[in-house]
Amino acid sequence: MRHEISILIIGLFVVLSTASVTAAILSARAPKPLSSTLVNLRQRINAWWVMVALMTVAFFFGRYGMTILFALISFAALREFVTLTHSRRSDHWVLLGMFGIVIPFQYWLVWTAWYGLFVIFIPVYCFLLMPAITALHGDTERFLERVSAQQWAIMISVYCVSHVPALLTLNVPGFEDRNLLLIAFLIIVVQGSDVLQYIFGKLFGKHRFSPNVSPSKTWEGLIGGLVASSLLGALLSFITPFSPLQASAVAFIACTMGFLGGLVASAIKRDQGVKDWGHLIEGHGGMLDRTDSLVFAAPIFFHIVRYFWTV
Amino acid sequence: MSKLSLRTYTLLQTVTSVGLSAMAWAVTGVRPIWSGSEPSDRQRIYFANHTSHGDFILLSACLSETERAKTHAIAAAEYWGKSRLRRFIAQDMLSSVLISRQWTSEAEHPISIMLSVLDQGHSLIIFPEGTRNTSDELLPFRSGLYNLSMARPDVELIPCWIENMSRVLPKGQFLPVPLLCRVVFGAPVAVAPGEERRAFLQRARAELLALNPRPDRDD
Repeated sequence: MRHEISILIIGLFVVLSTASVTAAILSARAPKPLSSTLVNLRQRINAWWVMVALMTVAFFFGRYGMTILFALISFAALREFVTLTHSRRSDHWVLLGMFGIVIPFQYWLVWTAWYGLFVIFIPVYCFLLMPAITALHGDTERFLERVSAQQWAIMISVYCVSHVPALLTLNVPGFEDRNLLLIAFLIIVVQGSDVLQYIFGKLFGKHRFSPNVSPSKTWEGLIGGLVASSLLGALLSFITPFSPLQASAVAFIACTMGFLGGLVASAIKRDQGVKDWGHLIEGHGGMLDRTDSLVFAAPIFFHIVRYFWTV
Repeated sequence: MSKLSLRTYTLLQTVTSVGLSAMAWAVTGVRPIWSGSEPSDRQRIYFANHTSHGDFILLSACLSETERAKTHAIAAAEYWGKSRLRRFIAQDMLSSVLISRQWTSEAEHPISIMLSVLDQGHSLIIFPEGTRNTSDELLPFRSGLYNLSMARPDVELIPCWIENMSRVLPKGQFLPVPLLCRVVFGAPVAVAPGEERRAFLQRARAELLALNPRPDRDD
């Protein structure tokens, strides 16, 4: 596995260096002061260096690193989601429970690989008990809106995100002790697809995909990004249990889900009247702005691998 | 309480202030939004909406360490002076200044206590609503803001809108829910020549309300 990880790290280093050099050349040639797109591009690339560095460090700590990293990502994402949606004074204890009980318990289930409870804890137990607690408080003002926002918050930020480290619990024959590479594959392909869609959109984008929801998404960006990231998937098949053809198919499905995740996140932001979820990552916005695609891709990827590749 | 001397920070106060600011950031990711004023070492009176014990911690977390060391929150002696522990937290850890709502002697007069802080070159954080607000609307302002400004016209009055703190730590709760918070610092407000007390207080209140970045929300 060491061999594959070295190749990945060198590859990412080369890609990011190329991006930084390209942005520097573009900035040197561009008229001053720099356009906001160019400033934003440079911020994004700098943030990518930090994110890749953090992921790499977490990788070296293996199961510990991944579980803790994604629990923290869940925390940041949940905080952004709950901040944005409506809640009332009487929701205090439910909100506290989401941070103090739901996140730690869900990641404990990941850690102990208790699959049976991992998949139903939030969609069954939390789904039923949280509105019950809210009802017991007796405050019915905008009840359905409040409990729905709470359900969405933990489904998106905790349940879906926790499927990334849960990949470590899958038992793929002939792929023992190498599950970390499944996480690397998913993240590189899905985040790569975001970047590729951005590049294709900026270079060739003409026809808006859904002007009402997200003005920046174009058909050209989508198609170019999906084709390119499927190829990227095939290229990365050497770190997976998949054949190149299977890898590109899996990458295609994951990236399509990722695109839909971005679209749904945009719809929520638009409904709530904001442009970004937060300001945690310079140039990108909040944690959810960066992870919205991963959120939708992770559970589907997890179940595809689990259904077709595990015993 | 009658004789007020403010030294530079004690070690305990420095540790408390750095620790609380770090904690405020970890829980709420607090960010200052300077909208009409800039960070400065000028002597100031920061006045803010008040819904939670966390308000003052959030506001001071947005100031630099040197400013924090010479900025004191005004707190009610009826609450914070009630027990030894509370008094220790308020005065020895948070370096707040306690004033009494039911003052008896002239030395206990809230305005003269606040003026004595200003006269030592320090800044103040005050909550002109006078109490933690549990309603959805900003309460009418007490007249202290006007009296202070009349007595010390050189000191800048900075309105500060503290966002979301009523949801993070509502009155009566002791565990905070981690939600993102911002503190919006507005342009200085001053008493206009010949402006009446009531008119000024209403205008100051309106200036503060106008800083709310999301007035559409009724949390």
